[in-house]
Amino acid sequence: MKKRLIFIANSLLVFLFMLLLWQCIIWIFSVPKYMLPTPLMVAESTLTRLPDITSALLITAGEAAVGLIAGIVIGILIALIFARSPWVRRLLFPYTILLQTVPIMAVTPLIIMWVGPGIGAVTLVVFIFCVASIIANTTQGLISVDESLVQLFLMHNATPAQILRKLRLPHSLPYLFVGIRISSGLAVIGAITGELFAGSSRVGQGGLGYSILYAMAQLQTDYLFALVLAATALGFAFFFTVMFFEWLMLHKWHESAAIGRDS
Amino acid sequence: MTVPEVLFRNVTKRFAPAAPPVLEGIHLSIERGEFVTIIGPSGCGKSTLLKLAAGLSTCSDGEVSVNGMTPFNARQLVSFVFQDATLLPWRTVEANVALALELDGRTRAYTASTTKSLLDLVALSHVAQHYPRQLSGGMKMRVSIARALATRPRLLLMDEPFAALDEITRDRMNEELLRLREEQDWTVLFVTHSVAEAVFLSSRIIILAPHPGRIAHDIAIDLRYPRTAETRESQAFDDLVNRTSRLLRETHRQ
Repeated sequence: MKKRLIFIANSLLVFLFMLLLWQCIIWIFSVPKYMLPTPLMVAESTLTRLPDITSALLITAGEAAVGLIAGIVIGILIALIFARSPWVRRLLFPYTILLQTVPIMAVTPLIIMWVGPGIGAVTLVVFIFCVASIIANTTQGLISVDESLVQLFLMHNATPAQILRKLRLPHSLPYLFVGIRISSGLAVIGAITGELFAGSSRVGQGGLGYSILYAMAQLQTDYLFALVLAATALGFAFFFTVMFFEWLMLHKWHESAAIGRDS
Repeated sequence: MTVPEVLFRNVTKRFAPAAPPVLEGIHLSIERGEFVTIIGPSGCGKSTLLKLAAGLSTCSDGEVSVNGMTPFNARQLVSFVFQDATLLPWRTVEANVALALELDGRTRAYTASTTKSLLDLVALSHVAQHYPRQLSGGMKMRVSIARALATRPRLLLMDEPFAALDEITRDRMNEELLRLREEQDWTVLFVTHSVAEAVFLSSRIIILAPHPGRIAHDIAIDLRYPRTAETRESQAFDDLVNRTSRLLRETHRQ
């Protein structure tokens, strides 16, 4: 406990030191404020423009969450098909890797052409970012079940549905969470970069990415910093939310999620 | 004439039509109540023999029957205990034992009471709500055996169930298995690498020779049941272990 307190105190000290360094650089080199605002200005901008930041944050969070959840649901469905049929898997699995390697920004113009700029397009970008790692990990989980366990179920005349529900699905849960963890980081990045290209300027539709473009055009660098801060916080929130659900679902039985527990 | 509990009639098994046989011309009749252990060098088809009796694999030639039925139809009478405990890590000990009953569609009340008495039987009631990762190797194996017994099998197929345990735990599990058998009298077809284990448990030992797997010796073990830890210290036990080891060595040399 004492060690932990010292660690937290040290982390805080490092943080304060970096703020100080930042401030000093501005003083020493007299950097103009549109190039680099002071920490205080960023804090002030965060407070005064809190309503704007919050609404942008909520829009981006919504796009990221819907895209991620769609990626999880559809990813699981595709993984189920892949697990069911080795033939389909061999045929289509390479394309899911292609989905991961395609530079999504290059495809964004197409997406805008198809669905028009706005929340829909950005959500679609997030979905494409997320779905591949869900498919890959869940498929791995579904097909890597110990052969003896399958035989055990067969010995008791289990139906394919029972084997899926009571064996393959629970077995693949830790794998699924690995996929979701990767995707949760990508979801926020995908939403913000998506907005940079496909964001809409309509009122109530501009998320963090759009606001960043706006702040840059207006040379409101302090506001831009505040937005970046908000984006970072959003990424953290997503990651920890996923970690929490993972802990909730797995901590009782799975080694990976049982960190800090004895026995 | 009584129906043999397990009958292998001239069984040959190939994994592919052109492949050399894993088992060839196996003829083995096991009566109800026997404890038959199959022993032999690696790759002689011991596990394959068990899989055939379980209906998890089919023979290329010949016939296997369990209590007069095809192994597939006889599955309700049979339980399989694997080399690893093969517990479901996301289920508690209690829920693991209940698995087979659940798959069979038994009522909740029946499942609960059967599970409870089985956990009492293997002395694991105090860890009923624990998860497998919290148990020792020996405890996991006891859960695995309790799960196998839940469906009240007539025939137990055991594939090196205690191979991963240390010797002391293994000896204790052997004694426990015989104690359970006193109460429930199943027929057992058991596979092991340990001669001492085979002699201690069995009423009959089958030594398989490899390439292709075939029966080399069929040894009756006439030690009186109930056998206890003291049985291991008797001269008769030693003699049987020595004799079996010698025959096994000869099989290796061929």
